[in-house]
Amino acid sequence: MASRTSGVPLAYRLAVTSRILAAALGGYAVAALSSIFIAWTLPMARPEAVVSSMMLAFVVYLVAVLWCFSCRSAWRAWAGLLLPGLVLAIADGVLYWVNQP
Amino acid sequence: MKEGLRQSMAWLHTWAGLVFGWLLFAIWLTGTLAYFQDEINHWAHPEVPVRALDARASLASAQTFMQAQAADSQRWFISLPDHRNPEMGVMYQVPGKTGRGSFSRNLVDPQSGAKQETRESRGGEFFYRFHFELQMGYPWGRWLASAAAFVMFFTLVSGIITHKKIFKEFFTFRPGKAQRSWLDGHNAIGVLILPFHLLISYSSLVIFMSMIMPASILTSYHGKVTDFYADVFPSAAVASAAATPAPMLPLTQLYDTAVQKLPGAGFSRVGVEHAGNSNATVEFTPDDSGSIAYRAADGLVLSAVTGEVLSRPQDTPVPIIIGAGFYGLHMAHFAGPVLRWLYFLGGIGGTVLIGTGLVMWLNKRQLKHAKAGVMPFELRLVEVLNLASMAGLLWAIPSFLLTNRLLPMAMEGRSDWEVRMFFIAWGLSLLHALCRRGKRAWVEQLLVAAGLMGALPFVSALTTDHGLWQSIGSGDWAIAGVDLTAFAGALFLGWTVRKLLKKKAAAPSRKAATRESVPVLESEASR
Repeated sequence: MASRTSGVPLAYRLAVTSRILAAALGGYAVAALSSIFIAWTLPMARPEAVVSSMMLAFVVYLVAVLWCFSCRSAWRAWAGLLLPGLVLAIADGVLYWVNQP
Repeated sequence: MKEGLRQSMAWLHTWAGLVFGWLLFAIWLTGTLAYFQDEINHWAHPEVPVRALDARASLASAQTFMQAQAADSQRWFISLPDHRNPEMGVMYQVPGKTGRGSFSRNLVDPQSGAKQETRESRGGEFFYRFHFELQMGYPWGRWLASAAAFVMFFTLVSGIITHKKIFKEFFTFRPGKAQRSWLDGHNAIGVLILPFHLLISYSSLVIFMSMIMPASILTSYHGKVTDFYADVFPSAAVASAAATPAPMLPLTQLYDTAVQKLPGAGFSRVGVEHAGNSNATVEFTPDDSGSIAYRAADGLVLSAVTGEVLSRPQDTPVPIIIGAGFYGLHMAHFAGPVLRWLYFLGGIGGTVLIGTGLVMWLNKRQLKHAKAGVMPFELRLVEVLNLASMAGLLWAIPSFLLTNRLLPMAMEGRSDWEVRMFFIAWGLSLLHALCRRGKRAWVEQLLVAAGLMGALPFVSALTTDHGLWQSIGSGDWAIAGVDLTAFAGALFLGWTVRKLLKKKAAAPSRKAATRESVPVLESEASR
């Protein structure tokens, strides 16, 4: 809003940009990592587990996006993604190693 | 965003809705038309006669056509005529070519096997493709459409959280109250068909899930994506061509075998692989109007040389049925006429939901500047984009259809010109939007759109022998339906214009609306 530009501090704009990046990219990464985890842990045949994991990933993505815009600050948005992301990445790494052909 | 959940969700709803609203409007409206893709295809090729359906005879004609046109093509696909569309499509891979764009598409007369003489037109296929490819190259359009679908998905959910008094608000409609009426209308539509909107936006993600969310395929299958497809679609696995040539059985004979092996199934599509080779196969895909779940490749596969059954539709595991169910619910191939119209109305509802949202965004902010009389640049930008994306599309769609009726029958590149006219009309609307402002611009644009739509049945009657009376008389409701729907669209737009012109009388309520909207604005602007 050009007319209100002066009223919107730069810090606010950066925070919004940061949240958008966290939601779009960070949210996708967490969704993808969780789908990998789900596909390996669901007690189903491989193709079924993979299809289920992809369908559930979009719900994870949705929750991640809502989180990024509902938490108190942009820093919290990132932290709330990085923490589960890190845990999932480690778990996925272990599972990948365990499931090596 | 310290304001709490509802305010932050309102912020997300407002801005995601604005930025993606213009694109989503086009995706929803063309997708809505795609529910009648077959009917629009038939309308676009009125020369194709409606005949009694005979799958066996049609296949014999298709084979005759292939022998005459491309005897050494190894891959062909035949889509059989059905009760919605009398056309038979025969698509074959041009010998020596591979990949996308290597196929030749033809309409074939199911009685004689000759090439069907008709005007070249993309018909309903254009709206269907535009709906998810946006006239962009593969795979960019699909990615952009998927991103828009995801934005729609979370915008809906954030909208639900914003309107937590959802049922109370549903019964609150205050007509004739300017901004309030827009909001009530937006909420009523949003709530009434909310399950449909959620279903459509979520299922579109499921449709493209292996493209947009492939991580678990890559890891669980250790990078071998083809193994995943072989697991999910066992019948789609095609043996490679053998060294020895072998003659193919007549399709009629293979059809008899297929009918015997899958009694009671109708077939919509027949695909031949490695024709003329000893490993040649024929796949008969069951008519998917019989089940909700949609499976792109799950048919009965026969050896084209011996007629032996190579694979048959499997008992599908539950998670895969759920995925296919979302696919099917989105595409609605199973829907009969009543349900199809409900889908159409649901689609119009979604389009109107997006449209009212965009209009409200602007109205709210314009009120602040109403006294000053000068519009800030970004509001003017939104105004132009609102006009061009919404009213402009209502120019483009009837222009595409009118072009089908008006171009010379045998014109070179005819179907390309139809598409070009679609975008030229859209561009003209943008030019108009740049020159005109406010209500006047809307009235003018909607009148042009109404004129184009209203003209369609008349132009159709003058240029073809399938005018409204003839098609109603012969019971061809697909063609009559397109004409009548266009006319109904014109009437609806005419009614909207009348409402717009009358709106001046409702001006006093503006003050109240201003008072209500200011706190929202402030909370959006401040942190």
